[in-house]
Amino acid sequence: MNELINGFPVLTVTGLTQGAIYALVALGYTLVYGVLRLINFAHSDVFMIGTFGAIWTWSAFGFDANSPRPSVGGALGLIALAIVVAAILCGIFAMLVEVTAYRPLRARNAPPLAFLITAIGASFVLSEGMAAFTNRRQFGVPAMLPTDPLFSIGSWQVTPLQLTTIAVAILMMVALDWFVQRTKFGRGIRAVAQDANTAALMGVNKNRVILLVFLIGGLMAGVAAVLSDMKAASTRFNVGFLIGLKAFAAAVLGGIGNLRGAALGGILLGLAENYGSAVFGTNFRDFIGFLVLILLLMFRPTGLLGESLGRARA
Amino acid sequence: MLLEVDNITLLYGRIQALHGITVHVNEGEIVALIGANGAGKTTTMRAVSGVRAIASGRIRFNGVDITRMRADLRVIQGICQSPEGRGVFPGMTVRENLEMGAYTRKDTGNIAKDMDHVLDLFPRLRERFKQAGGTLSGGEQQMLAVGRALMSRPKLLLLDEPSMGLAPMLIQQIFEIITEINQRDGTTILLVEQNAQQALSRAHRAYVLETGSIVKEGTGQELLHDPAVKDAYLGVA
Ligand SMILES: Nc1ncnc2c1ncn2[C@@H]1O[C@H](COP(=O)(O)OP(=O)(O)OP(=O)(O)O)[C@@H](O)[C@H]1O
Ligand SMILES: [Mg+2]
Repeated sequence: MNELINGFPVLTVTGLTQGAIYALVALGYTLVYGVLRLINFAHSDVFMIGTFGAIWTWSAFGFDANSPRPSVGGALGLIALAIVVAAILCGIFAMLVEVTAYRPLRARNAPPLAFLITAIGASFVLSEGMAAFTNRRQFGVPAMLPTDPLFSIGSWQVTPLQLTTIAVAILMMVALDWFVQRTKFGRGIRAVAQDANTAALMGVNKNRVILLVFLIGGLMAGVAAVLSDMKAASTRFNVGFLIGLKAFAAAVLGGIGNLRGAALGGILLGLAENYGSAVFGTNFRDFIGFLVLILLLMFRPTGLLGESLGRARA
Repeated sequence: MLLEVDNITLLYGRIQALHGITVHVNEGEIVALIGANGAGKTTTMRAVSGVRAIASGRIRFNGVDITRMRADLRVIQGICQSPEGRGVFPGMTVRENLEMGAYTRKDTGNIAKDMDHVLDLFPRLRERFKQAGGTLSGGEQQMLAVGRALMSRPKLLLLDEPSMGLAPMLIQQIFEIITEINQRDGTTILLVEQNAQQALSRAHRAYVLETGSIVKEGTGQELLHDPAVKDAYLGVA
């Protein structure tokens, strides 16, 4: 308990940072679920591809795990570039999964179980494909940002990476919220989520909306992948599994199908893990995270904010 | 002829709901489909709007064969349906629901003006402009569904039971609005109604459906005075 009290500021900031990454990944699960009522298990591996996209980008500029840290300006530029590359790469792979795995099943009116198995299959195809491509090796992430605290207020300290992670995540979430709530395409997404048949009667092309949703989920996962790379300092073909599972849990925690719920669920899960591991030891990290999930769902089976895309369902 | 439905059949799984329906609608007409519950009126509308694929037959609209066209593309051709059960988007405001009606329109400059026009037709919607669709009363949702379909500026407006769930005074009003849309804006209307009395007196022509087949057709007035129709659908002997 003392650990929690003494370490509270540090635990809070690291929890928020981890939670921001979960939240970004969780958005992809929740968006796809919102329009298709489908858990896209391949999303975790789309994220994984993003973690490699960042490493390849940096390596193209001569940075590997042993390179000296670039200047701060250089680092920010390299991070921005990696985010763009990883986001595009993940967006493309997410759309490929939709077009090759799910769309043919929809065209044949496949039962839900077929979608579930296909989702798990697509997840393995991506992760094992990367395993073969990389010889199952682990790849170190080049050092980018300085690790000294950027500023401290009392015992609250924030490192450049933590600030970058939280700022980028907030920026992405605000942009997504604006897109879904305020633009015509966002209205199309919500229309399909709320009533797909009527959406078609209004002239909404359902397949195009679904593709858009996979693209957005992929972009978010790509951004998360770069941030996660820098935090974890290494990546591997199976890196998506645990983060994906936790992000999925975060989406359910907030209320699957609900965008703001995904953000909230991610943050809460990140905090709970960090506080929990301080009290019970780091071995209990994942145990606590999932225990919180199970307990919360007992009391709020539809998650914290309920099931809806963007706004409360009547 | 704006719409030609030629001998269509439609299956729900193994159940055959339509057994060769032939219906046409001329430009500028109001055409009514009447019939008992389960006769296939809604199913016919679904076939025309494209949310259900037909098993055989042809559908032509405005000279184009739309038999195999997706529902969302038929909206661009100029067909818009206010579906049975309204289909209001529950989590969207009245305004957003109306904007959904204009989803495919390219002439964005005129949308605000048309929305104003719809709000003039249904002043109640103006009062509820920022309210979520799902929290509207049944009658208000019905007005929203009709208003939303108008927002697409359809060449052919499909109305499936627009008077359902409305108070008697509002029923009168909605039929007046339907006539107004037809006469002032020149919108062609295919109308499904339980309220056969009102529908037949407003319609230029009408068809009577029974268990998936057309059993009678004629002008609204002819059917209104047809003894068999009177007996079965008008509740007066
Ligand atoms: N989605 C569906 N799946 C299976 N059968 C259906 C479906 N929709 C309608 N049916 C059946 O098709 C037949 C025609 O139904 P339809 O809804 O077209 O009738 P309707 O004339 O609109 O009736 P009502 O006046 O009650 O609205 C009915 O026997 C109905 O049970
Ligand atoms: Mg019906």
